[in-house]
Amino acid sequence: MSDVFERFKPLAVQVLSVDADRVTPEASFADDLDADSLDLAELVMALEDEFDITVEEEELEGILTVQHAVDLVSGKLGASA
Amino acid sequence: MTDARTPRTVLVTGGSRGIGLACARAFATQGHRVAVTFSSTPVDEAGVLAVKCDVTDADQVDAAVGAVEEQLGAVEVLVANAGITRDGLLVRMSESDFVDVIDTNLTATWRLAKRVVPKMMKARWGRIVVVSSVGAYIGAPGQANYAASKAGLIGLARSIAREYGPRGITANVVAPGPIDTDMLATMPEDRRAALGAQVPVGRIGTPDEVAATVTFLASDAAAFITGAVVPVDGGIGMGF
Repeated sequence: MSDVFERFKPLAVQVLSVDADRVTPEASFADDLDADSLDLAELVMALEDEFDITVEEEELEGILTVQHAVDLVSGKLGASA
Repeated sequence: MTDARTPRTVLVTGGSRGIGLACARAFATQGHRVAVTFSSTPVDEAGVLAVKCDVTDADQVDAAVGAVEEQLGAVEVLVANAGITRDGLLVRMSESDFVDVIDTNLTATWRLAKRVVPKMMKARWGRIVVVSSVGAYIGAPGQANYAASKAGLIGLARSIAREYGPRGITANVVAPGPIDTDMLATMPEDRRAALGAQVPVGRIGTPDEVAATVTFLASDAAAFITGAVVPVDGGIGMGF
């Protein structure tokens, strides 16, 4: 498991109020984690704080699963490193 | 559930006089931590943190809210009160007089809300009270720009109410009628008297009467009121 995933997980648990074992890479935000648009906006804000990144609205297109989100964050961290 | 007297961090825009100053004093009297923004007239009020801020400038809004957060904590109650008038008949009104009023009265409220709502979401508690005007729904001759901005605030507040209701954030609108402030003081005495006579209560209102409603809407007791437009107008707007 990637480092980003390990940091991502507790945020998702907290913001989406789900059990930790439900936050898997394959989990779909909408279908498996019952996240609505407001939950996702909040999760993005939490990620921005945690990883000190900025996520633009258009970058969120196609981010449907936990893995997608982790990849997005990893890409940003890689780019800034 | 928090106690009704839980001290909150309150930010009132346009707090150097009139309705804004009355709101700041009322919140301070209730024991809340109060900050106000001002554009030109500095505020020297005991127990009130004054921050200079041009609300039409996003960077200044960000810095002002940041200063409040640093000194008083995250903003829990936003009273969007800052407003200007640039009266004139539609056919004589310049584009800048229209756009400037919309920017200060309406767009700046969106700007402020956008800046403070994320922390309210996180806290699962927040209050936004927007100061509109009876002119929002009855219109006002010579105030096409002002009335349009004040009507826009209703749609803004109601959208916030729907978006963030699930996060414990309410957004309400207070719609004052004629109130005894500097804004009204520019009006000729005979027109002021005529205006007072049109009010069912028979007089012009006071800033404190508006502040009483604003503080109520910001309280824990008002948790189930959101998206409301509450007239404080002596009845002049009733039925609209």
